Parts: sequence; C-alpha cells; structure tokens
Amino acid sequence: MNLTVNGVAHEVDSAPLSTLLHVLREELGITSPKAGCEQGGCGACTVLVDGEPRRSCLTAVGAIDGAEVTTVEGLGTPEALSPVQQAFTHHYAAQCGFCTSGMLVAAEAYVRGGGTDEPEAIQEALAGHVCRCTGYVKIIDAVAAFARGEEFDLSTTAASPGMTNLGGAQ
Amino acid sequence: MTHTTEVLFPSSVDEAVSLFGDGAGVTVVAGGTIVVPEITYGRLAPARALMLSGAGLDGIEDDGAAIVVGAGTPVARLAQLADAVPGLAACALNVADGEIRGQATVGGNLCAGHGADAPRGDLQGAFVALGATARSVGAGGERSEPLEAFLDDREGRLLLDVRFERPAASAFASLDYPHTHEYTVLAVSGVRTQGGEIRLAATGLADHGRRLPSAEAAASDPERAGAAALDDVSLADDALASEWYRSRALPVLVRRVLTQLQEAS
Repeated sequence: MNLTVNGVAHEVDSAPLSTLLHVLREELGITSPKAGCEQGGCGACTVLVDGEPRRSCLTAVGAIDGAEVTTVEGLGTPEALSPVQQAFTHHYAAQCGFCTSGMLVAAEAYVRGGGTDEPEAIQEALAGHVCRCTGYVKIIDAVAAFARGEEFDLSTTAASPGMTNLGGAQ
Repeated sequence: MTHTTEVLFPSSVDEAVSLFGDGAGVTVVAGGTIVVPEITYGRLAPARALMLSGAGLDGIEDDGAAIVVGAGTPVARLAQLADAVPGLAACALNVADGEIRGQATVGGNLCAGHGADAPRGDLQGAFVALGATARSVGAGGERSEPLEAFLDDREGRLLLDVRFERPAASAFASLDYPHTHEYTVLAVSGVRTQGGEIRLAATGLADHGRRLPSAEAAASDPERAGAAALDDVSLADDALASEWYRSRALPVLVRRVLTQLQEAS
C-alpha cells in the first residue's frame, strides 16, 4: 500500500486493517495525530485524507490506499507557522495541547471549504473535537480570526516563552 | 491478530457479492467507524475482512418517484435529500459529527449491532417510516423485503441498497444528546405518503427501529397518538436514558412529528 503524507510518498508495511493513526505514529513516526480515545469520540487523531477531515483511528489504512494525507507537520514549520497555527498561537487557543492537532486540521478543512467566522458554524465544524481543558472560547476565537484571514505579529503575542509555541521547541 | 486476517478488496458490486458468499466468517468493513475500534481494542479478530470502500456500493438515485440509496453511501450525502425528504436529512444530520458522517455509511448505520452500551442504528427509524425496501444478498441469493423484516433477520446478509417512494412530507424529532458522539437516545420519524397515509417509526428502542402502528391509527389526534405509541414498543433502558424517561419522551416526540407533518401540508 502507498500513502502520500505531507507531500512525501511512503510505502506502507503495516497490515491493511491497521489504523491510519497507527501507521502515522508507529510506522512513519509522524506524531501530531494523538491517540486519545481510539474509538472516534475525541477528535485528537483527525487528519486530512484527500483534503477531508477524517478520524485516523477509525480509518483502516487498506481502505485509503493511494490517498494524500495531511497532518499538522504538513501545515507549517516551527519557523514559519501556517495561518491557522498563527491564529491559534495569537489567541492562546492551546492549553495542554492534546486536542490541538485535531482542532488545527479540522479548522484548516473548514476554512478551505469556505467556512466563515460565524460561531455556530465553527461549533458545528468542530463538533467532533473534545478539549478536556475546556478551552473552547479561545479555539473558536482563533478559528474565526483564521476564517477572516487575519494576520498576526507573533513577536508581540509570545510574551510567555514556551507557552504559546504550537510549532515545536523555540 | 490482524496479521492473520485475509483482507479482500472487491472493485465492483458483483465481486463484493461473490466474495461475501453466505457471509460465514466474513467481517464487512465499509466506513469502518464501528468495526475498526472493535479490531483496535481486540474485541474482534476477523478471519476474512471484506473492504467495501472500492466496491461501488455508494450513490443516491432519484428518478423523481423512487429514491435508491446505496449501502456504501456516506451518511453525510443524505443531506442532498434535504428538499425531497427533509425528515431523512434531519435524521442523518443528527448522527455523530461531520467527520464521522463523511466516513460512516448508510448500510453500516442500518446494520449496526444494538447493545445496551451502544444503542446504534440512528437511521433505522427514518428509513422504516419511509417504508423502505432492503435489497440484500447472502445464503439463498438476493432478497428484497421491508427494512423492518430485514433488521429482524440480518445475520449473514450483505445489504446492497434501500429503496423508497418519495413522500409528500417527512419529519423528524429527537431527544438532544449530552455529547456529540452519543448514539440516538430516542427519535421519531414520520412520513405522509403521496397517497396521504401517515407512517411513524421510532429509534432508540429495546432492539432496532420499528413502526408505531397504534400511533399511526390515531394520527389525526397527536395527543392521543403520542400516548398510543407506548403500546407499540419496548423501550431501551440503558446508560443514555432510563426506560421511564423514554416513556415520558416518546409521546412528546410523536406529537412534534405529527405537528411538523401537519404544518408541511
């Protein structure tokens, strides 16, 4: 089986009924999708499969042979965060960060699909994503700002080093 | 576990039917939203897995009179029937969340096993109310029968599609969930056929979705129909809601659906 992950082609050795989550984390070492509930209830493992947000824990890799997969590693880099990562950083939309990967790719798919800054529509788009820190207000603010195409000067945002850095080590 | 599984990838409906055979020892994987966690958690170790994602069982055909929904159609795609069958589209939108709906299939939802910890089958009531015919294969060959009869005896069957006549009006009412990912706690679907007949069905019962014949007989009086519905069903008693709570809610949902149908006149 073959997958293209963040633009890089991979031949997959795992069994066809292995989850995409397992393949990404354990075989390919791509760890932004988180293994939360592993039964589709939390959204921490969501990635984009051919542009659509999908729970990687519910996806048998054999069912998506040849697909293009995008994870947070494919959105931006620590030095050059993507617009949705910048919006989350600016709005302090991550607390413990466990749900953030899923939130980011779901938000990316929502805005790519024409999503607006309307809070109800954002809530519907993120309905499958649980934040156990309950930081939903900041997350919705961040997605709304991203949907409006806002740009941020993160040098003024990141007043607390290490606290707001979604891209990796500073 | 999974490394001993024989995994089959049919690329057409005929091939899927042939590989399914009489269904013995076959685990069907379509969207995977129910069956994949069963495998992940080691509760299921399939001998043979039939992957339906490339079998061409998806699609909605609407010739203006009858609508056929392929079993492999993602639940999300039922939204395209919002004008023709608003009650069904509303029921579909009530399933889990958008990501799950994009992956889960109509057939998987209809055939989902029902247990006290997972009262699945959100779409059953809506399709039963539509008087849907289920076409399936398995031992003895192809069979077409009312969906409710299929749900009574679906062991060893592979659902191919469900077909129903386009109704004059349709409606849906459900209890709200405490969490987006819960299964339908209790819901009522209603249809007024082109011939003026009122059909009602419920989901969230002790087994699968069922018609509510006593409520239908009293449909001209929503208050009485709501009370009569309790004669038609055995209600689930599980972690999502007690039987008592469902018994208080069912008449309310029946009344709401009948009111919606009246307003759709």
